[in-house]
Parts: sequence; structure tokens; C-alpha cells
Amino acid sequence: MKNAAPSSLLTPLSLFRNGFAWVMGGLSFTLTLVALLPLLAILAAIIQRGLPTLSWEVFIHLPAPVGIEGEPNGFANAIVGTLTMVGLGALFSVPLGVMTGVFLAEFAAGSAIANGVRFVTVILSSVPSVIVGVFAYGVLVITTKQFSAYAGGLALGVIMTPIIALTTEEALKLVPIQYRLGSAALGGSKWETTVKTVIPCAIPAITTGVLLAVARAAGETAPLMFTALFSQFWQEGLMAPTPSLPVLIYNYASSPFEEQNAIAWTASLVLLMLVLIINLFSRLLIRRRF
Amino acid sequence: MVEGFSPRPEFPPAQGVNITQGNAVNSGLDWGFKQLTRLCSLGVVVILTWIAWVVFADAQPAIAKFGWEFILSQQWDSGEQLFGGLPYIFGSVVSSLIALMFALPLGLAVAVMTSENLLPAPVRVPIAFLVELIASIPSVIIGLWGIFVFIPVLMPLQVALFDYLGWLPIFGTEPFGPSMLAAGLVLAVMIIPTIASISRDILLSVSPSLRSASMALGSTRWETICLVILPSASSGIVGATILALGRALGETMAVTMVIGNSNIISASLLAPGYTIPSVLANQFAEAVDELHIGALMYLALILFVITLGINSLAVLMVATIRRQGEGQ
Repeated sequence: MKNAAPSSLLTPLSLFRNGFAWVMGGLSFTLTLVALLPLLAILAAIIQRGLPTLSWEVFIHLPAPVGIEGEPNGFANAIVGTLTMVGLGALFSVPLGVMTGVFLAEFAAGSAIANGVRFVTVILSSVPSVIVGVFAYGVLVITTKQFSAYAGGLALGVIMTPIIALTTEEALKLVPIQYRLGSAALGGSKWETTVKTVIPCAIPAITTGVLLAVARAAGETAPLMFTALFSQFWQEGLMAPTPSLPVLIYNYASSPFEEQNAIAWTASLVLLMLVLIINLFSRLLIRRRF
Repeated sequence: MVEGFSPRPEFPPAQGVNITQGNAVNSGLDWGFKQLTRLCSLGVVVILTWIAWVVFADAQPAIAKFGWEFILSQQWDSGEQLFGGLPYIFGSVVSSLIALMFALPLGLAVAVMTSENLLPAPVRVPIAFLVELIASIPSVIIGLWGIFVFIPVLMPLQVALFDYLGWLPIFGTEPFGPSMLAAGLVLAVMIIPTIASISRDILLSVSPSLRSASMALGSTRWETICLVILPSASSGIVGATILALGRALGETMAVTMVIGNSNIISASLLAPGYTIPSVLANQFAEAVDELHIGALMYLALILFVITLGINSLAVLMVATIRRQGEGQ
């Protein structure tokens, strides 16, 4: 009887229990690799198919007419259009988002209003982007009877706003309370504390939020297809159809012409590099900071 | 008492200084700044309400003409002015369910692998990071990959399914490339990061004492994970899954590019289909007459209501679980 405990401790685990652990470990490791596979496949395909046609030319030329040999081929107008519309979106989404974040973190923290606004913001961020496009279509395209950069910019701005608001709130929460106490002890009022002490401390993290929002907006296609439409030429002002990189990729992907397919891959390479670099950069920025 | 030392140093008289006295300009700014931030935060609420209103108002022509019948009708003919949404609703639901079926086990595996220390940290952290990078790849790029890389790779499998299991209705049509199955699989790729990253947070917030208790009773690591940790995180994982479902229902570009865009309802997963976001993306730019726009808006309204309900539910669930996790 005395030896029962030590001997049972020395008995190895039953084959079934050991086997279960091995099988589950192997299974979930395999599934994780399977989940990673698409990412690697996408990156490989884009680099392999996009790189051969990537040259300085694509950044400065308009799309060449199909079937004409030797014409320089590019998508400079789409790059300009994307930048224009992301810029238009940022114009109202950055102030709106940052101020919402300030309200949530500094003025209404913990209150029912803050919880409500935060909930609405999260819900707004999960509204399908195509619905946001429908909204911009209803607000600007139907009323002005014109596909325009403004309509595209409105849609992108609505997509960016909740991202900026939520990251700003998180950024402000990370600023140590001592900074606020210090400012208040020196006689700073609430708004001085917020504007001169808290926000400057959080600027790197707020920038991260803005960059993430820009990266997200730059890759959005669905809301632009029927608000900004597309154009093969330089845009004629902000009240005209505006080309963009994602819509160019979509149009050229389904084109029967191989040279257009090739341009779609190159445009994807450019867009993906833009998005991934912004993502990596902003994640590093926030990681080093806090 | 020492000469020249006064026990009560002479401070300036206090009555001239009132520390509660505010500077009028400053307190005005204080008030103004606070109201400005409040106004901006209400702006977010206004935007969401405005979206709902615009979609609802512009859908009126179709709502008035077709009513609830719209949801069950299969006709879609802009020439005849006949519109029905069933093929699109069917396609959205089926493609999203296929996506969930594949993404749930994969996403959970990633969540377990990156939250437990089954792998050394230098391997674990990059895996979590890489999986989240998938989420930042623009959907149109995944669609491009879907058309030119994924569908050709999937084609032999689709042909094999038809050849050997073609007697089953779900594999009953001859595949030609784009299909409901292809769309579901591409969607799965896109929602794995959602399930993985939220489930990971939830698993990390499970109370460590549960794990200690289980291990102390002699469970192996995987018995602890399967019998203690996953069950106690189950409601959070359900929340993550619902959120992923919401995302899959609203996903547009990648699906549009690989689903084949055919508004014929087929039981077969190898047949092409159509989804609500795809038809919105394809037809809005060409819609001119009021009823056509109205029908598209009606579809958008249906999608908006479904995703709003699903996302609200999921966000509330995940938030509740997180709060409980933090409280422990």
C-alpha cells in the first residue's frame, strides 16, 4: 500500500492519452501551416507575376490603348486618383476621428455616452464597405448625377473615421495619468492638458491609426466602383470620374487582354507594397513607443 | 526664542488669490473644446444613422412595388422591371457558411498555437503576425490571386468531386472554374485572421487558475486545452465566429471575382452563384432607372440589416467576455 503512490506516478501515461496529445499537437500545427499557405502563395504570385513588368515607366504613363505595341504602358493616373481620394477622405476623417477619440478617452471615459459612442463606432467600422459605397452613391452620385472624386472620397472617409477614432482612444489611454496630473498641477486647464500635453505624447500612436486607416482606404475597391467609377485618362477635376489602383486591378483582372492582366499584377504589387509597408511601419512605430 | 526669527513667516495676504477663480477665456475654451469633441463623436453616430436612412429612403421605390415578395422572388430583369433578391441572398448565405466551415478549425488552430506555448516564442510571434497580415491585403488583390492562381489549382479537385461524387446534388454540375465552392474557400482565407486574432485574445484572457487546477489534477496539456480552456472560452469563440460571418457576408471584391456571377439558384457547390455585395458592385454603375436603383438599394438594405444585427450581437458578446476576463 505504501508504495502505491510512487509506482503510479512512475507509470507512463496511457497510450491513448499520449496519443491524443501528439495527434492534437500535430493537427493544430498542420492547420496553422495551412492557414499560412494562402498568404505565402499570394505574396509569391504577386512578386513572381508583378515584378517582370514593374519599371519606372508604369509610374509616369497612362494606360496604353489595347493592341498597340511599343507604347509605354502605366497607371500613373490611377496612382494620382487613389492619392486624391484618400486625401479627400482624410480631410474630414482625421479631425472627426481624432476628436471622437479624444472625447471617448478624455471627456467621457467610462460614461454611458462613451460606451454608446464606442459601440456605434465599432459597428460603423464593421459595416460592409460596399454599403458605405451605396451610401456615397445615394448622397452624392444620385444628387449631382455625376461619378466624382468627391463621392469616392466621402466613401473612403467614412471607412477611415472609425479606425482613426478607435486607435486614437487606445493611444490616449496609454498616456500615463501622471502627465495629466503634472499639467493640472501647473495650472493647466482640461483643454490645455489635453491639447498641449496628452495629444502630443500620443502623436506617434495616433499617426499609426491614421496610417492604418490610409492603408485600408487605399485598398478599398467596392465603394469606388460606383462612386468614382474609372477613367483611362488623367482626371478632369474633382467632379469627374476618377481612376484608382484597386478599380484598375479589378477591371484589368477580368480583361481578356494579357497585357492588361500583366498590368493588373504590377498594380497589385505596387498597391500591396504600399499597404504592407504602411502596416509594418505603423506596427513597429507603436511597438517601440509603448 | 531666537532673535530675528519669526515663527510665522510672512506670506502675502491670501484674500487676493482665489484658486477656484477661472480665467474667463480659458474656461470658455475648456467648455468649447469639450463641446467640440462631443459634437465630433456625435458625428460618428450621425454617419451611421445617415447611412441607414439613405439606403432605406432610396430603396422605397422597390419596397413599394415588391414588398416582402422581393425576398422570395427569383426574377431579375432590368428590361422587364422585375426584381427579386432570392438568388443573391441564397448565394451570400451559402458562400459565407462554406467559408465558416473551413475558417473555424483553421482559425482556432492558429489561435491555440499562438496563445499556448506549444511553440517557442520566436516561431509563435511571427506566425500570429503573418496571419494578421492576411487581413491587411486588399480584397481585390486576393480576388486577382483567386482568378489566376487559386481557381486553376482548385479546378482538378472540382473535376474530381464531380466525377466521383457527381451523384450527390451538391456536386451535381460540371465545374468550369468560378464557383460557389471557390468563393467560399477564398472567403475562408479572408476571415481566418478575424477568427484567429479574436479567439487568441479570448484564450489569453481565460483565468490562469483554471489551467493550474486542471494541470494539478494530472491532465496533459491537450486535455487541459480541450476540456477546460476551449469550453470556458467557447462563448467568446462563438462571438468571434459570428463577427467573421458578418465580415464574410459583406465581403465584395474577392467574391465577385471568383463566384461566377450567375443568378440561377443551384444546389451544387460547383455551380457559379451570386451574392448581394457582388450584384451591388456589378450593377450600380450601370443602373439608371429608379426601380433598378431601388431594387439594388433594397438588397443593400437587406445586407445592412443582416450585418448590423450580426455585428452588434458579436461585438456585445466579445465585449462582455473580455470584461469578464479582465475582472478576474
